[in-house]
Amino acid sequence: MARSPAAARPAPARSMRLLLATRKGLWTLTSDLARNGWRLAGPQFLGHIVHHAVADPRNRRTLLAAARTGHLGPTVFRSRDNGRTWKEAVRPPAFAQGSGRIVDHTFWLAAGHADEPDVFYAGTSPQGLFRSGDAGATWEGVEGFNAHPQRKAWCGGDQDGTPDGAKLHSILIDPRDPRHLYIGMSGGGVFESVDGGGDWRPLNRGVRADFLPDPAPEYGHDPHCVRFAGGNPDRLYQQNHCGIYRLDRPGDTWQEIGATMPKSVGSVGFPLAVDPRDPESLWVLPMDGTSVWPRTSPGGRPAVYRSRDGGKSWKRQDQGLPRSQGWWTVKRQAMTTDGRDPTGIYFGTTSGEVWGSRDEGRSFRCLARHLPHIYAVEVAAE
Amino acid sequence: MPRGIAMTARSSHEAATVVRVRVPSPLRSYTGAAEVGIAVPVLAPELPPTVGGVLASIDGAYPGLRFRIVDEQGDVRRHIKLFVGNALTRDLATPIPAGEVLMIVAALSGG
Repeated sequence: MARSPAAARPAPARSMRLLLATRKGLWTLTSDLARNGWRLAGPQFLGHIVHHAVADPRNRRTLLAAARTGHLGPTVFRSRDNGRTWKEAVRPPAFAQGSGRIVDHTFWLAAGHADEPDVFYAGTSPQGLFRSGDAGATWEGVEGFNAHPQRKAWCGGDQDGTPDGAKLHSILIDPRDPRHLYIGMSGGGVFESVDGGGDWRPLNRGVRADFLPDPAPEYGHDPHCVRFAGGNPDRLYQQNHCGIYRLDRPGDTWQEIGATMPKSVGSVGFPLAVDPRDPESLWVLPMDGTSVWPRTSPGGRPAVYRSRDGGKSWKRQDQGLPRSQGWWTVKRQAMTTDGRDPTGIYFGTTSGEVWGSRDEGRSFRCLARHLPHIYAVEVAAE
Repeated sequence: MPRGIAMTARSSHEAATVVRVRVPSPLRSYTGAAEVGIAVPVLAPELPPTVGGVLASIDGAYPGLRFRIVDEQGDVRRHIKLFVGNALTRDLATPIPAGEVLMIVAALSGG
């Protein structure tokens, strides 16, 4: 009997799981779908620096984790049984011999298009783009980017960039077209390819880069996190070093939407999360970007800010979070949302706490503490 | 053979010499042992095996190990030290005299 398309889809999720990538290994938090009781499990890869761990939304079996240790080179581990067993990549992301470049670590992992079931992309530090066609077993450089004659002009040298190393992140694959890709780079900016990574062009018009001599350059910006709006891949949201932005395609000029944030809080931060069910809804988590850039919760009072109108206005959400002396840093991969109704929102701090809300940010509670420095929080349905 | 020393398989028709390699704990998930004997092809009787030759052979026996200590441009990674006998080297062309041990050290710094 022929299988119907519906039969090929994974069965409905029975539980929720968060993948917590930390500086000392991988942990998971699991709950029923009501998201009431969370159970912490782990560690896996204890002692490995796990920058990112993702689940494949196209099936409920495949997980990838980007790992290195303080002394050993970078690699990628993959699981085909939902994290019970792991295998190391046969050929991890590595730059071409003779290029003179070295992958310090794989920073960002992204599942490919639904029509390409075993394709994954990886972004590295320093900036490199890699593709796997076999669910993470072997990786090839996307030479249309890595060997692009303009790459060095776009990115600067491999020693430039953020304090933890220059990065390629926010790999977005248009759900309507597997050849239409976006990437973000710190530093470098946002870039777009319409031919599967063969060629790239900068997409930064309207974004400030006030740390450069020319505050409105074509490239060289510092996007921290770029996401598709929920359910609308013609809209992108961006948390940048210099504010929060929105881009509506086919336009190519970003609109600053962070100027309406309270002046005392500012519009600096690292992560940005969207509501999968509402393209107008997004969350940011502000960090102090004044003076020497402490990159902690402004005033020691952590909060997320939510917009329900595409960034025209923002509402502070801090119920359940510390009222004072909460000096958190939350990294760009460490805030995410689930696809439940109402939407759940989760974030992890560099001080090893995980906080969650199951009511779209109206109230938060601590789901785990005493973990290592958290790099990334991702949702995996089981 | 001392306990705890694993030997790599080698084909019967290929001349090979076995070099003992001491493996630091971060790499024992690959080898399962603190010391392994690595069979290295003999290219010519007068040519001793080199550090690079041993690392190529060790990767054949334990896939993935070499890339954790040598980067894609062929350089020894920053926090890795290699000793041939008591001599520190970062040169993969360093010969390994008969009977000498190649020791891999993973140097940690900070937390």
